[in-house]
Amino acid sequence: MPCPVLIVGRSGTVRHANDHALALFPAAAPGLSLAECAAAWLADAHEQKAAADARGANGANTVVSGYIAGRSYEAHPTVQDDGEVVWWLVDDTDHRLAREALHIEQERTAFLAEASNALLSSLHLERCMDVTAQLAAEHLSAAALVIAPGSGCRLPVVTCVRGQKPVRDQWEIDPQEVPGLAEALQGFPPVPSRWIDPVTAPEWLIPEGFGEVGSIVVTPLPGHGVPAGALVLLRHSGEPAFSEEEEVFARLFAARSGAAMSAARMYAEQSSVSKVLMRELLPPALHQIAGVEFAGGYRPSKDRERIGGDFYDVHPAGAEGEPSFAVLGDVSGKGLEAAVLTGKIRNTLHALLPMAGDHQRMLELLNGALLNSHHTRFATLVLVSAVREGGAVHLRVTSAGHPPALIVRADGSVEESASRGTLVGAFPRAPATTVCETLAPGDFCVLFTDGFTEAKGGPLDEEMYGDERFQDALSRCAGMPGEAVVEHVQMLASQWVGSGQHDDMAVMVIAAPKSHHLSMVGGHTKGRFTA
Amino acid sequence: MTHSTLSLSPQDLLWQAVSTGDEHAATSTVFDALEHGLPAQEVLLELIAPVQRRVGEEWAANRLTVAQEHAASAIDDRAIAALSHRTATAAGTGAAGKGRVVVACVDGEWHGLPARLLSEVLKLRGWTVDHLGAQVTTDHLIEHIHQTGPDLVALSSSIATRLPTAHAAITAVQATGTPVLVGGAAFGRHGQYAALLGADAWAPDAKAAADRLDQGPLKRPAQAHQPIDDLPHLDDQEYTMVARTKSRLVRTVMAGLEDRFPALRAYTPAQRGHTAEDVALITDFLAAALYTDDPELFTTFLTWTAEILTARGVPARSLIPVLDILGEDLKDFPRAAGMLARATDRLAQPHRGRLAREQA
Repeated sequence: MPCPVLIVGRSGTVRHANDHALALFPAAAPGLSLAECAAAWLADAHEQKAAADARGANGANTVVSGYIAGRSYEAHPTVQDDGEVVWWLVDDTDHRLAREALHIEQERTAFLAEASNALLSSLHLERCMDVTAQLAAEHLSAAALVIAPGSGCRLPVVTCVRGQKPVRDQWEIDPQEVPGLAEALQGFPPVPSRWIDPVTAPEWLIPEGFGEVGSIVVTPLPGHGVPAGALVLLRHSGEPAFSEEEEVFARLFAARSGAAMSAARMYAEQSSVSKVLMRELLPPALHQIAGVEFAGGYRPSKDRERIGGDFYDVHPAGAEGEPSFAVLGDVSGKGLEAAVLTGKIRNTLHALLPMAGDHQRMLELLNGALLNSHHTRFATLVLVSAVREGGAVHLRVTSAGHPPALIVRADGSVEESASRGTLVGAFPRAPATTVCETLAPGDFCVLFTDGFTEAKGGPLDEEMYGDERFQDALSRCAGMPGEAVVEHVQMLASQWVGSGQHDDMAVMVIAAPKSHHLSMVGGHTKGRFTA
Repeated sequence: MTHSTLSLSPQDLLWQAVSTGDEHAATSTVFDALEHGLPAQEVLLELIAPVQRRVGEEWAANRLTVAQEHAASAIDDRAIAALSHRTATAAGTGAAGKGRVVVACVDGEWHGLPARLLSEVLKLRGWTVDHLGAQVTTDHLIEHIHQTGPDLVALSSSIATRLPTAHAAITAVQATGTPVLVGGAAFGRHGQYAALLGADAWAPDAKAAADRLDQGPLKRPAQAHQPIDDLPHLDDQEYTMVARTKSRLVRTVMAGLEDRFPALRAYTPAQRGHTAEDVALITDFLAAALYTDDPELFTTFLTWTAEILTARGVPARSLIPVLDILGEDLKDFPRAAGMLARATDRLAQPHRGRLAREQA
């Protein structure tokens, strides 16, 4: 296809213009300067080309482009032997438009991918709102507000102005003041994006110091069954208003944000429910009670969970001079279902505290309660009543089918408590014997579940940790504070199993403090000490 | 308190209390320092931290057993708890406004005190702190982040064998859009492994960490980041192979050692157990060196082990057969074989090695 051609001398004088060139530049007669009769950008390009050629930089036939009469042209130079430059003009308007459209589409796709990545990465509602506001303010408008449905009359709002950080706040506002906002917050009925006349917009909708608002659009964030909120986009008065295409694109973005925010909201609700339910099943934090040191540690078999089939509990004495009551046990099975039964056993024992003076009676009653329940599981446990007298701590220990309590003396010797009994929840009777022990200052008593001794692993793998290693480890802990003993045996067991499978592991240490000071009252103040 | 203790510095007093397991004396020393006008932050950083460092050094030099170290740390921890309770009561509850930080030790990390010190310092500087404590599984950490949306996670690890686990935790946290600051001896004296594993910041101690956070927020980590992006050398699978077959390697070494040292057959089960544990630890460090592709990580550990053995009257050369057997077993793995050979050279000529290190 013939194209417009101009032949131009080194000095910028037009030598020849073909008919197509004349159609573009009707004044382009030979002998005239290019600057007088053609587009300025072409004249400039020629001047630069001529200067470059004069320096000897031949061959650098750089293509330039510009507009002539509303259309876009590329100008390709070729240099003739006599130094004249032939400019071939190619109309690339359609090509350029297509390229620009492609570029916009590529940018939008990249933006949506970035938005999806950023939104999917967090299940935290406020974080999702931050990300939504920030991305919208960077890519869609000069400022963006994300308004979430609130529980009362206060609504959580995140505002972000382009180039700034998102700001979280709670606003007491009436969404009815903004057309479409109240519906968007309720999630029903479905509403399209709404244009708001900036003049009618309430003051709170416009970020402080934003300046004059040119256009506002309110887009609902679809929540798939749960309301997710609304996205408000604001542009300055100097900027172009939202095109229809941009509005469609904003809706695509809103769909992603809405899905992420509703997922985050559901996750938060679920986790708060399980947190409340789990609170009662978590092992309690132990501390010193009436001069007796208690410390405990628990590791469930599944690292994802916090609870399992092992449990322990300590109940302080009702009156001064009476023993505190401690229990540690193991319900058959693992996971949540076993944990539910541990809760039941703990509650039952709590109710039976008035008869803590008679462990056997307690076990019989607990046995009856478990037999009458719909659970088919059974449990082993060990009960200890501990009271301090002078520097010593007196214990009554009763084991119901559980590994025997170990007494570790200050000199490192380890004794097994002689109490024996039957597990509870399986047979009509649960007989057991109670044994009295005395802890001198620096001695401690260890209650543990078989998760420790039956842990498999070690440097050669598949080897059982075993009673001997466990007792050796405890022997080396002689004289240590209770928490340190707990932490130490937990560490050894955890290193033993490595990354392998393991059972629930619970351990409790009951110690007669080494110093004759009663440790700080309440454990936190310098307080009073008794000699 | 006797007169003889009056001449001792508070640090010496605290060390004495901590190393003898005297909680009462430890807490008294801390409270006395507060009453003499030392600000709580200084008590943490200038009194408790140096004493805890000394506990670590004494353990590393084999002058404290692991159990004693636990006992000392427990006493320190109680002193910190008492201090924390007292300063919180004095200051009223949470005038926090700087933001929320989650402080945790990586899974398998039992040295919780450095993280505890950081938590207390950050609290004193006005941050809201969620202290998750020692050995936090990555699952729990991520769950906590989704629930609370912190501005930052601070991760602590003391032993280089935990670096692969730390890396998994770092990338998982960053995938939630939360930046990670790391600290602790595991990350190298100059934080070189922190940079290698893509952490957003590193600090050599609690004070530096708190100062760094006061300078301004850390940048949000880049999206879609995979562990392998940081460590392309993992492509050769040498780390995976050594880590997965660790117990087989330990067995091979134990069997090989029996052939070379018939005396080993007369060891008691407990003695053999200890030897096997030592071999397992050497394998762990080899795996960590393969993970980070840093032969020096392995050599440094072996030199340190050799020094401890020498202190116990065992010649350091006894480690060389272990390396030889591992080298024979892993001869088809060029990086592992190279690291083992290099460590053998260093052990065989410790003085030359030391000199080379000093020159470097």
